Amino acid sequence: MIEEKFDAIVIGAGMAGNAAAYTMASRGLNVLQLERGEYPGSKNVQGGILYADMLEKIIPDFREEAPLERHLIEQRFWMMTDRSHTGMQYRSDDFNEEKPNRYTIIRSQFDRWFNKQVQAAGAIVISETTVTELVSDAYGKVIGVRTDRAGGTIFADVVVLAEGVNGLLGARAGLRPTPKPEHVALAVKEMHFLPRETIEARFNLHGDEGVVIEAAGTISKGMTGMGFVYTNKESISVGMGCLVSDFAENDETPYGMLEVFKKHPSIAPLIEGSEVKEYAAHLIPEGGYKTIPELFGDGWVVVGDAAQLNNAIHREGSNLAMTSGRLAGEAIFQVKSRRDPMTKQNLALYKKYLDDSFVMKDLKKYKDMPALLHTQAQNFFLTYPTLVSKAMENFLRVDGTPKIEKEKASVRAFREKRSLTGLFGDAWRLARAWR
Amino acid sequence: MSTQAARVEEKLFQNRYLVDQGKPHIVVQPHTTPSKNLLAMTKICPAGCYEKNASGQVEITPDGCLECGTCRVLCEPQGDIVWNYPRGGYGVLFKFG
Repeated sequence: MIEEKFDAIVIGAGMAGNAAAYTMASRGLNVLQLERGEYPGSKNVQGGILYADMLEKIIPDFREEAPLERHLIEQRFWMMTDRSHTGMQYRSDDFNEEKPNRYTIIRSQFDRWFNKQVQAAGAIVISETTVTELVSDAYGKVIGVRTDRAGGTIFADVVVLAEGVNGLLGARAGLRPTPKPEHVALAVKEMHFLPRETIEARFNLHGDEGVVIEAAGTISKGMTGMGFVYTNKESISVGMGCLVSDFAENDETPYGMLEVFKKHPSIAPLIEGSEVKEYAAHLIPEGGYKTIPELFGDGWVVVGDAAQLNNAIHREGSNLAMTSGRLAGEAIFQVKSRRDPMTKQNLALYKKYLDDSFVMKDLKKYKDMPALLHTQAQNFFLTYPTLVSKAMENFLRVDGTPKIEKEKASVRAFREKRSLTGLFGDAWRLARAWR
Repeated sequence: MSTQAARVEEKLFQNRYLVDQGKPHIVVQPHTTPSKNLLAMTKICPAGCYEKNASGQVEITPDGCLECGTCRVLCEPQGDIVWNYPRGGYGVLFKFG
């Protein structure tokens, strides 16, 4: 179907693929991007929050045209029991700045826009095309791809695998393993539509200000997981996610848990009367630094979720995807400008760029967190939230009990449930993994 | 049909799909007794695509599939299923995503 040979083929039009394709095309490389969806964005799912800094490094003036929902001025962290939540929240007028730092976005719409910029930069984008196979030469160097459309191999000097968390091509070619159930979370999400005035009144917002709620506790039934509520302009994204390995060992269904979360007395009033217009599901890489696979080889690099580049602790994924895509694009451009071949040795430049960036530094910082949270799920998601809720109730409920007795009861409850060794052990392990 | 299955069908009803008739992108391999993970899919699949039939085997109807990959992660390495993406343009069509 296509006769010419490209400088680069990018597989996928999500954050990482668009960033890579844009970076290369805008530097004059001859780029082909293939996307299996009806249009770029139609297969892409995220909460979703956009981090401005990482997009500014690619498209500095994106705020003028990109479909952004609300800029975030407030974050609420909720530790939940079945009937209560203990919250910590941060709201600041400083987030109402000329160039806000974080926005909510609707991925299908945002990615469609992002991909239009890729096309304007000169890349050829073909949608409704699933890549079925990577093609290698006799020495194992990747030299092109085959698709489900008529026609043979499409050739390129390098293939950028931006195929997302379910990166079939890389796994089938033996470039990386299929993620293990304990290294991915399954999240389900609904889009709840309400008039914008209603959203602004319920969340205490003016204009395009937005709020994020992230909630953990008994809502995940002792599994490693969390719920979220993101405000968009005229909709609210409500979702719930847990580790796949935990789902496999429990009797809960993902949609059943989402229903329970939506009916929680702290959540229900926020979405009351809304019209649900879509239900989506997606896997999130949760394994962190220790599960990052080989990132480059002869004729290929892998970026974004396909490379497990996700910071589960800070709930950041799309910015790591965008940054890895950009850095892969810059590295390929460098190799190309020197007229060097796209060998493993030369493409190691991508890994060097990534190691020097926040992407690898952040993931390295939290390298022990996934294992800790996954093995201590009962304590972190059931025991502590219940104890904290009880302590808060003790503190606030006025019933004639002397305060000293209430305090003692709260302390006793912690010691009985977790013992002093357990408490200090958890604090120590958490502090070490955080550092 | 269980009430939970009814509930998930109601959710899927909101979504847009272009089903590739006669070409399911996920296929369950023939078996007499399902593996633990394959059986678990009747509960974990967020689109409720997996069901146990009267004679105890697990079957899939992937028309409502959300293409999340949960069954791929749990069942593909052991060979319980064959998992592919739908042909280009087919499958779930997210408006919001």
